[in-house]
Amino acid sequence: MNELIPAWDWQTVVVAPWTTDLPIYGWIVLMGFFVCAACGLAGNYLILRRMALVGDAISHSVLPGLAIGFLVANAWSIGGGADDASASSHGFSYGLAVFIGSLVAGIVTTMLIEIIHKRTRIKQDAAIGITFSTLFALGVVLISVYADKVDLDADCVLHGEIAFVSIQPFTSLAGHEIAPDPVVRMGMVALLTLGLVLLFYKELLVSSFDPGLASSMGINATCVHYALMCWLSVIVISAFEAVGAILVIAMLILPGATASLLTTRFPKVMMLSILHAALSTVVGVHLAIWLNSSTAGCMVVAGSGLFGLAWAFSPSQGLLKQWWRRRRTPLPDAQVIAPDHSDVEVP
Amino acid sequence: MNQPNIPLSDHVQTDKWTKGLSDAEVPLEVHDLTVAYHHKPVLYGVDLRIPPGKLIGIIGPNGAGKSTLIKAIMGLIPTDSGWVRLFGESNKKNLRRVGYVPQRESVDWDFPVNVMDVVLMGRYGKLGLFKRPKKQDRDIACACLEKVKMMPYADRQIANLSGGQQQRVFLARALAQESDLYLMDEPFAGVDAATESSIISLLHELRKQGKTILVVHHDLPTARNYFDMLVLLNMRLVDFGPTEEVFTYDKLQKTYGGRLTILSEVADAVRQTKS
Ligand SMILES: Nc1ncnc2c1ncn2[C@@H]1O[C@H](COP(=O)(O)OP(=O)(O)OP(=O)(O)O)[C@@H](O)[C@H]1O
Ligand SMILES: [Mg+2]
Repeated sequence: MNELIPAWDWQTVVVAPWTTDLPIYGWIVLMGFFVCAACGLAGNYLILRRMALVGDAISHSVLPGLAIGFLVANAWSIGGGADDASASSHGFSYGLAVFIGSLVAGIVTTMLIEIIHKRTRIKQDAAIGITFSTLFALGVVLISVYADKVDLDADCVLHGEIAFVSIQPFTSLAGHEIAPDPVVRMGMVALLTLGLVLLFYKELLVSSFDPGLASSMGINATCVHYALMCWLSVIVISAFEAVGAILVIAMLILPGATASLLTTRFPKVMMLSILHAALSTVVGVHLAIWLNSSTAGCMVVAGSGLFGLAWAFSPSQGLLKQWWRRRRTPLPDAQVIAPDHSDVEVP
Repeated sequence: MNQPNIPLSDHVQTDKWTKGLSDAEVPLEVHDLTVAYHHKPVLYGVDLRIPPGKLIGIIGPNGAGKSTLIKAIMGLIPTDSGWVRLFGESNKKNLRRVGYVPQRESVDWDFPVNVMDVVLMGRYGKLGLFKRPKKQDRDIACACLEKVKMMPYADRQIANLSGGQQQRVFLARALAQESDLYLMDEPFAGVDAATESSIISLLHELRKQGKTILVVHHDLPTARNYFDMLVLLNMRLVDFGPTEEVFTYDKLQKTYGGRLTILSEVADAVRQTKS
């Protein structure tokens, strides 16, 4: 019988992923967490710099980069002649060409947005819209023109499936299989992101808050901007193939937005966004099993749910709090709320 | 090409006020600075040599290029010609010795930091790469907050401050930089009279320590009393010199050329100084 809401089975939905099915779901959770945490950390800076949509733009405009990367890699392998023995090294050069292609696309996107926004009267949001739609369209055209050479379709780029991560080839070290390739790669990216954020905490913070002050300290705000965008491209690309665009785009914004509802201190915002990443991954996985649905989609839904909860229950800006305040406290007398000037020295 | 209508300056003797000083003693030297936005020049051939230990006002009408001049000195915008030297070196090299107080609107006050965090940012330049602020930096930050009477607000999120309080936080941050030259863009905008006078006495204290302070200021009547020297700017440098010498009807009229409402204000201000 097909019910509207799938049956809830404690055993399969909650217990199995952590016991019998751990070899599958363990990797999915880990991968999801790495993606969400890396995106969340980098995304915080995008939110602070009011560039939340740049992540969206980069994730769309890597498409032509991917396509050109494929074409170049193809040209190499035709020149080199493919036999089975060198298959793995070809896989590597494919990966590398695609990676470099996407990275270049990410940088070009950033530069185009900057140039359009700085050199014309067009505002940044419009510049983002122009740039990424143009590059995305270019990617679609390239793929359809070279359909026989580029083994890629626009859909697969946007809907990579995290559920298949455990059946990807494993990275082995000293003869032991450690973890699926994408998990290893994403784990390194997430760890590096954390390291960079910690190392360059001051520089990133001050150049996001006040580029003028940053430059008076010898911090080149433009350099920081491009470095951040390059790293964002690296995160987006590493996450892309394995988990698809939906999770990446959503997780650039959701953790930071949720955290900023709950606290006003930047270090806490960072920690809460990692917590948000972990929670949405775990909840999302269970949700996906229960609903038998897209894992990445469920993770995003879980993340949005957490955002909703934060919005409702935030101690400072929460809906509940606002409602409570309006109901319970009558406005104080004017005398009580008159500004306190005791801190100002009267000449 | 239509030539913009700008007042022609007499030849302003630029080294008149810094005679006998070595280059390293001159906090700020601007030579033939021209800046254009979208090929429309807003600053033409500005020449300035600022002597040390002075409180200097920059005045001029809206759009005169005052903020642009400060940004160009800070190296925040590309220049079309000319150069800027700080303490005898290129501005890139000596920017660390400059404290910058931007116009208040230039930052996002919803940023998730509190007052203390902002003042600590003033210390970042003194810390090296990868270093965290230490107790000593916190102490300095506290002392600076104390000076602007903002210590009770140290833990407050910056969004929950009034405009004048935000301005004082910026000032505390600049003090924490312990710079030798300060550039302040309209630090008195939206500040009440009491705060304004406490800021002014703070600036006098800095001057006593031998620091040089350049302040963009809009209110002519008070400019006469606040500053040792004035930079009159309207796209070109109209004049630069001690306040008594340049705060005259003719020179102000030239600076504010053709703006009647302001002219009457100027007339008032000059009349006040005469009496
Ligand atoms: N980012 C910009 N792009 C284009 N034009 C600009 C830009 N910033 C300033 N301008 C122009 O440059 C001129 C000088 O501007 P600036 O901000 O330096 O004036 P100001 O003297 O600080 O004026 P105010 O008293 O209003 O602060 C103005 O005509 C302004 O329109
Ligand atoms: Mg200005």
